[in-house]
Amino acid sequence: MMTFSIPKAATAALLTSALALGACSKKAPEELPPAPITTPGPAAAPTPAPTSSAPGVGSQAHFEGAVGQSAVVYFDTDRYNIDSSDAASLQAQAQYFAQFPQLTFTIEGHTDERGTREYNLALGERRANAAKNYLTSLGVAANRIRTVSYGKERPVALASNSGAWAQNRRAASIIIN
Amino acid sequence: MKFSTATLVLAFAFATPLTAPLAAQSTDLGEPIGDGGDVETVFQDAASAEDAGGLTGSTTDTSDWQDLGIAIPAFATDRDQPTPANADGTGALGREMARVITANLRNNGLFEPTGPDSLPNPSFPQITAPAWSSWNGRGAEMLVHGYVRARGDDRLVVGCYLYDVALQDELIREGWVVRPADWRRAAHKCSDLIYARLTGEDPFFDSRIAYIAETGPKDNRVKRLAVMDSDGANHRFLTLGSATALTPRYSPDYSKILYLSYVDGNPRIYVYDIGSGQQTLVTENRNPTIAPRWSPDGRSILYSMAVNGNTDIYRVPVTGGTATRLTDTPGIDIGGSYSPDGRQIVFESDRSGTQQCYVMDADGTNQRRITFFGGRCATPEWSPRGDQIAFTRIAGDFNVAVMTPAGRNLRVLTNGWQDEAPTWAPNGRIIQFFRTTRNAGNSSLWQVDLTGSNERRLPTPVDASDPAWGPIRP
Repeated sequence: MMTFSIPKAATAALLTSALALGACSKKAPEELPPAPITTPGPAAAPTPAPTSSAPGVGSQAHFEGAVGQSAVVYFDTDRYNIDSSDAASLQAQAQYFAQFPQLTFTIEGHTDERGTREYNLALGERRANAAKNYLTSLGVAANRIRTVSYGKERPVALASNSGAWAQNRRAASIIIN
Repeated sequence: MKFSTATLVLAFAFATPLTAPLAAQSTDLGEPIGDGGDVETVFQDAASAEDAGGLTGSTTDTSDWQDLGIAIPAFATDRDQPTPANADGTGALGREMARVITANLRNNGLFEPTGPDSLPNPSFPQITAPAWSSWNGRGAEMLVHGYVRARGDDRLVVGCYLYDVALQDELIREGWVVRPADWRRAAHKCSDLIYARLTGEDPFFDSRIAYIAETGPKDNRVKRLAVMDSDGANHRFLTLGSATALTPRYSPDYSKILYLSYVDGNPRIYVYDIGSGQQTLVTENRNPTIAPRWSPDGRSILYSMAVNGNTDIYRVPVTGGTATRLTDTPGIDIGGSYSPDGRQIVFESDRSGTQQCYVMDADGTNQRRITFFGGRCATPEWSPRGDQIAFTRIAGDFNVAVMTPAGRNLRVLTNGWQDEAPTWAPNGRIIQFFRTTRNAGNSSLWQVDLTGSNERRLPTPVDASDPAWGPIRP
């Protein structure tokens, strides 16, 4: 069972820089959700020998283990544009999906609670499509990407404050099994 | 008893079945609740022809109505008989009917009613010949009498009379034949008769509300389609909760409900047929469809559809067929509410950069922005009277506000943290909305009248959002 491998040194370099960009993002939410299980950086060490408990390719855990916090991109209030930190995250995702061309995935668009329900459904759709369009510009085939908007109906952070709202304005990539 | 012989049968008109092209998966639907019964009006008032002017001096504004005392003793019965409507018989049912009417008139802040539990019980013959001596001096200017009679065919006959105590005169009367299961509708019809006669306004009590029932924690909320009478009775869940349901709208004839469901994993609008309990997609399309609305005649549906992230408003015949795109700007154009004459549509768009309200002709032409005050305008709903538009005003908090169709005379009616999605009473005098609490995210239905007074919470079994008030029932 393969977990992750890097085909080319150039890819590894791009991925490394992408992750670095993401790490120093100016607009990272104040309180991020707990980080996923740390995976060895793909460029930092050879792929470890797979163990029976390691998540397999095609699982969400494998994806998140590979791209870390880049599995989710965040948006400014009422915005849906892909800024530099979003771009870095999506580049990391694009590398992953280039690596595993058999995978398809859903981009879930979400909003914070400070908009009306119907408008937020449309705004979440716009965010999911912005992320999708950016990924397709990086070479991910459009027919591998499904989008769905949940508007403000599925928050991950439950408080009504700016930190929670920043975490909820997001587009999350979810592997389709 | 001196009943007029005129008989007026008002049956529900359940229109032709919807023939949308694609039958949808219906895995989240509960048991159908059926169409409900019809109400037959069996006699109408004797007195209004000679005195049709309303109650002099008490019809102009709400503060006057609130001073008007109304005594509502138990409805009498000619013979106490068993009825499926009440385990204790028609006598007990008559008391229940007076309680329903009392609650209607009191809960809406309109009058000062006194109910049957603190009043003497009139006898059956006294219903048409009140014992005036026992009603003077109680501080009630108005007196309601009524009766319940179990007919041989298992139907109930309900009579409703309104008297002026000082004049010792009958103001209006009406009667209805209902199935026992529909006894509350007769009480609502009587409430409507009283309300309309005393205020000069159109009635609204005999109406239903569709809404979204919410349970569970904020990050895992179960949202079910539910319906109830205007006073919260006859509550039913229509979906089971395995799929999120949002934003219902009753059809003008109550035969269908438009709503959004994630039952196939995507947000899509369905047309739910109340009689059959079946539903169909509003349009055969792979794109997400949101924000459904009916035209006033029930023949067209507005919906908003996102294509590659861009949302526009479309109209489609209720019988299916080709959809017409009404907006084409790059922004989010969404919602839409017809003027009562069906000629114009008020809708929401962020084409200027923020959510604002716009009006267009029904064919999509002549689009123009109407809101230019501070803050944003969302979820506009045209009043059934045509003279006002209610909307969610976003200025930090969300509040329910009204303005004229030209965007003037802004009046903010509520001041909760998030008061969202106003819907009009059938008579355009009262607005319902839902209120969400900060942090906890609990939601509940509220209503407020056009003056911004008489705000109250509607009782619902669980949390509630997205109220949609249907029209007065025939």
